[in-house]
Amino acid sequence: MIPSLPRPAWLRAGTTLYLALFLAFLFLPLLVVAVFGFNDAPYPAPPWHGFTLDWFIGNEAKGRTGLFGDSEILASIWTSFTVACWVTGLSVAVGTANAFLIERARFPGKAALSLLMLAPLVIPGVILGISILAFASRLAEFADDTFGLELEFLRPGLPLVVLGQFSYIVAISTLTISARLKRFDRTLEEAAYNLGASRAAVFRTITVPYLRPALIGSGAIAFLMSFENFNTTLMLVGADSPLTIMMYGRMREGATPVLNAVSLFLMVASALLAFTLMRGGSSQKPAPAA
Amino acid sequence: MLEAGTRRWQARLMLGLFLMPAVLWLVSLIILPHLDLAILSFRERVAPREYRASLEQYRTFFAEPLYWHIFVRTALMSAIATLLTLLIAFPIAWTIAKLLRGRASSLLFVVCLIPFWVSETVRTLGWMILLRESGVLPSLLVKLGITDVPIELLYRDSTILVGLVYTSLLFMVVPLVGSLESLDNALIEAAYDLGASGWSVLRKIVIPHAAPGITAGCIVVFMMTLGNYLTPTLLGGKNSQWFTEQIYTQFITRFNWEQGAAFGFLLLLLSTSMVWVGLRLTGQRFGEVMRRS
Repeated sequence: MIPSLPRPAWLRAGTTLYLALFLAFLFLPLLVVAVFGFNDAPYPAPPWHGFTLDWFIGNEAKGRTGLFGDSEILASIWTSFTVACWVTGLSVAVGTANAFLIERARFPGKAALSLLMLAPLVIPGVILGISILAFASRLAEFADDTFGLELEFLRPGLPLVVLGQFSYIVAISTLTISARLKRFDRTLEEAAYNLGASRAAVFRTITVPYLRPALIGSGAIAFLMSFENFNTTLMLVGADSPLTIMMYGRMREGATPVLNAVSLFLMVASALLAFTLMRGGSSQKPAPAA
Repeated sequence: MLEAGTRRWQARLMLGLFLMPAVLWLVSLIILPHLDLAILSFRERVAPREYRASLEQYRTFFAEPLYWHIFVRTALMSAIATLLTLLIAFPIAWTIAKLLRGRASSLLFVVCLIPFWVSETVRTLGWMILLRESGVLPSLLVKLGITDVPIELLYRDSTILVGLVYTSLLFMVVPLVGSLESLDNALIEAAYDLGASGWSVLRKIVIPHAAPGITAGCIVVFMMTLGNYLTPTLLGGKNSQWFTEQIYTQFITRFNWEQGAAFGFLLLLLSTSMVWVGLRLTGQRFGEVMRRS
């Protein structure tokens, strides 16, 4: 019930208890990941053997490889970072163009097109992955058979991973940016035109500054979603594994607390990203996905 | 006259320029790949590099109990997970939207969002550390004297459900809060003054008002659960029997793309039809729901 109505004591106590349990449920998994990154034992499991930084900096005497010495993980972080940069750049650029198309342009078939732009959000990631994989292979085979061309980028690998992630992340960027563009007061632009500003000047000094929060916000969300993507990436990945794929592989084998160390690093990184985004005065709700 | 012509031509050029990326994206990454997948699923290999059109892949799906069992199981588990998520998330959304005010409300909302900024891989790792035989909860249970030996809490159906609900909470809380916030408190007060019980207020006022949010949340959660791969395979281990895993096996491990494509299409069909049914039930438009979530 709502505060303006009398609530029995048991209901109040129940609400508080429920909230406490819910928060525990929410944060317990994250807490244990962080804590066991510092446990002085070869597996991330209780009991507690004392505090150590071995899983970050390594310990040769005990034969432990720390996060900063684990070249495989470092390489996969770099891979994820590169992929995420590409996906972010592409998604924000194409998302902006799409937003203008939806909010400003008039052409036949616009309603259908803007509906179609939402379709990737309801296609399971695994299916996006396999369909792009199958289509790219067909193209590659076709090029090979007819022209004798070996198109390496159409084979499973990072270019396909970028395309696969882009294919649905751009839909989210489009939604975020067009939501902001919709609320834009067009008289501002008209005033500038009346004062003799050129199209480019208006775009640079009025439209872009107005869109900035949405551009930054959708960029951050795109980066995060790309970095964390698993389903689509799994189907398209080649020899270089991004971080999530690498971690998945190790988790199946039963990994050392190095994984906890990486996870802690990821948590801190996403917390920083979320924090700067919220401080940045963006009016967007920070929903990481649709 | 001439100028108007140039203007129109310029406008056309601009439109074309803006249309190009969207069309390239939708045609080459969404439409053509899915058409290709459809073609792939409707053919059968008769000899190396020789195929013919057939329904063989779909026939196999229905003829082989294992496959359709896993399919039905995945759908049922996803439905249960969606329902559980709704039940768990509703009181929280209510607290955020109605019970707390100002800073406290937005603080709880942000706190609910935090775990979802962290990768699903990390969250699943957390659950594995908590639940596996040598993990935190089993040893706690032994210490408390509830069990004599550590029990394995991973690799059970209920573990998969816990993981799925955990991953989905945010996507339920956000639309629920949105739809509950717009509910006028005066309505609840009026009902109360007229002697309605808490239960009938919930059933007659709150739920009808929140229906769009509930539908949006349920659609998104069901869809994401159905297409999840990471959580069921890691928390369920060999017992997970999730349909996406079958698709992966056919496509990547067995290299049987025709079969995998058929499986993919069946999953897509289920997911799309659930979205459609959900929207039909509440008479909503697809675009509005997607924008809200």
